[in-house]
Amino acid sequence: MSETRYTKDHEYIRIEGETGVVGITDFAQGQLGDVVFVELPSVGKTVAKGGEAAVVESVKAASEVYAPVSGEVVAVNSELEGAPGTVNEDPSGKGWFLKLKLKDAAELDGLMSEAEYQNYLKTL
Amino acid sequence: MLNRQGRPTQGTVSAHEPHATFTGNRALQQIEPLIFEIGHTETTGVDIDPPAPFKSRLGAHARKGEIGLPGLSEPEAMRHYVRLSQKNYGIDTGLFPLGSCTMKHNARLNEKTARMPGFSDVHPLQPVSTVPGALEVMLELSRYLMTLTGMPAVALSPKAGAHGEACGMMAIKAAIAAKGEGATRNVVLVPESAHGTNPATAALIGFSVRSVPARPDGTVAVEDVKALLGPDIAAIMLTNPNTCGIFEPQIVEIAAAMHEAGAYFYCDGANFNAIVGKAKPGDLGVDAMHINLHKTFSTPHGGGGPGAGPVVLSERLAPFAPVPFIHLEGGTPRLVETEADAPEGTAPFGRMTAFHGQMGMYVRALTYMLSHGADGMKQASEDAVLNANYIRAGLSDLMSLPFPDHPSMHEALFDDEWLKGTGVTTLDFAKAMIDEGYHPMTVYFPLVVHGAMLIEPTESESKASLDLFIATLRDLAMAAKGNDKERFTGAPHHAPLRRLDETRAARQPVLKWMPPAPLAEAAE
Repeated sequence: MSETRYTKDHEYIRIEGETGVVGITDFAQGQLGDVVFVELPSVGKTVAKGGEAAVVESVKAASEVYAPVSGEVVAVNSELEGAPGTVNEDPSGKGWFLKLKLKDAAELDGLMSEAEYQNYLKTL
Repeated sequence: MLNRQGRPTQGTVSAHEPHATFTGNRALQQIEPLIFEIGHTETTGVDIDPPAPFKSRLGAHARKGEIGLPGLSEPEAMRHYVRLSQKNYGIDTGLFPLGSCTMKHNARLNEKTARMPGFSDVHPLQPVSTVPGALEVMLELSRYLMTLTGMPAVALSPKAGAHGEACGMMAIKAAIAAKGEGATRNVVLVPESAHGTNPATAALIGFSVRSVPARPDGTVAVEDVKALLGPDIAAIMLTNPNTCGIFEPQIVEIAAAMHEAGAYFYCDGANFNAIVGKAKPGDLGVDAMHINLHKTFSTPHGGGGPGAGPVVLSERLAPFAPVPFIHLEGGTPRLVETEADAPEGTAPFGRMTAFHGQMGMYVRALTYMLSHGADGMKQASEDAVLNANYIRAGLSDLMSLPFPDHPSMHEALFDDEWLKGTGVTTLDFAKAMIDEGYHPMTVYFPLVVHGAMLIEPTESESKASLDLFIATLRDLAMAAKGNDKERFTGAPHHAPLRRLDETRAARQPVLKWMPPAPLAEAAE
């Protein structure tokens, strides 16, 4: 069963075995507005938890997408380069950014569960 | 479906469209095509005699086909450019409230002096002995900049703000390298409210960037900076007054903390306009600061002219200033043009520009300084702050302030809390201002404020002008709160073009004019 965890910076990571699918939440895409450009890392790059993993640019702003946990980039969603609007249309599905091979699964414990994230949104 | 929640960029069509005209023009608003669309290659405004017989030495390099340059008659060419100029909005047209940009007073006197042949016809390669007047201007301008900032050195050559940032950060990098800490001191602190150019500059120079959180009151706290300090920190880049229009109250403590940690303090001088004659960056502990001559000392940078971003440097950074610079030797100015020629005790990090910088901007800025005098420049800053606070006071009962506890400096910042539930966004509100004949304020910046509206009237506006602006915004704000949503979501209704599709423009930009098919074939 897959489980999704969230950061305070509105990234999600959906756990699929030893890898995690990383993207931005529906709330994040709503705040950004129309996404016009996505810059993805190269496969094989290692990222540290909280380090810059990708860049997302909308009509409003350019923002960094931080790695929710440490790991190695094993896949990126290159579809986004030609169709950045997918991030708006389906952020948790087809609008994923990258897949990370987890370095330390214990890092997931510091992230929010679905329910915790929904509560966190209410405080904003 | 694309999301339209965050910032919709497409307006809805009004039900009350005026009927279309045959020409597409709307009375005095003339539609003007590109010159390539109206010009013809067989038309020309001037008759040039065919050249006398000559022998071409171009050989295989000779052009084989037509290049398709458009030709127009003289009146057509004149009309084309005059019509384009009429589409421009600048301070010559009306109040320009764009925040964080300082479109200030642009006295015609400055233009007159900049066009004097002794300045405008100077060539950077002519012998130094033939341009003592130009050197005198650079020297005098340097003296004024050092006096106004309380700093001991200035590098004049950078061409604009971000270029100045690069210059200051390169001086910091050189100073760190000279201390043998080049490998370890490589992190630059940048507050969340910074201009985007700050982290970009730091990254370009080879530093990594660490963000300093903004306090709920829009300022940077010294404890937050101290918590990040360590042997890896090279510098902080801080704007003062900051992009929220607030004077950083702990700036002296932050500077001291940086110095204690062996790091440097870069101040972004984009908002120097607010404190000229009131506070000296040198007294605040600044090590390097760029000054946008084209913002703070006239020539609005929306006016199409070049910029100039001289950088003032502290005692610690002065030896690393880039060439060229003027060195006083026994009271005689000497232009130092190469690193090899640099005087004893200096170690220039290199050069920022091929030549000596923007001479025209030096002349404009010095003219502004001399015509205003010390009292005039101080009053300009006071008036800029007064005008911003006058607008704030005139609107704060209708619109919401994110930081009500701090007085504004040169710009008044509102958020979009007051628009909640109206269905009108900051962008809609800005577009409705176009219908009223105003250029919108800066929107959605600084990023730390939701739906930000940043208004900077500058010192140039009269009370009557400010009153009309406030009355206009009050009328719009009442309409937004009074369910007149159509006025906003469809805006602009009266502009030559309606709401532009920013999303498509960003996703599928058309950056090059392509000839229609038949001409394209003919050119091949």
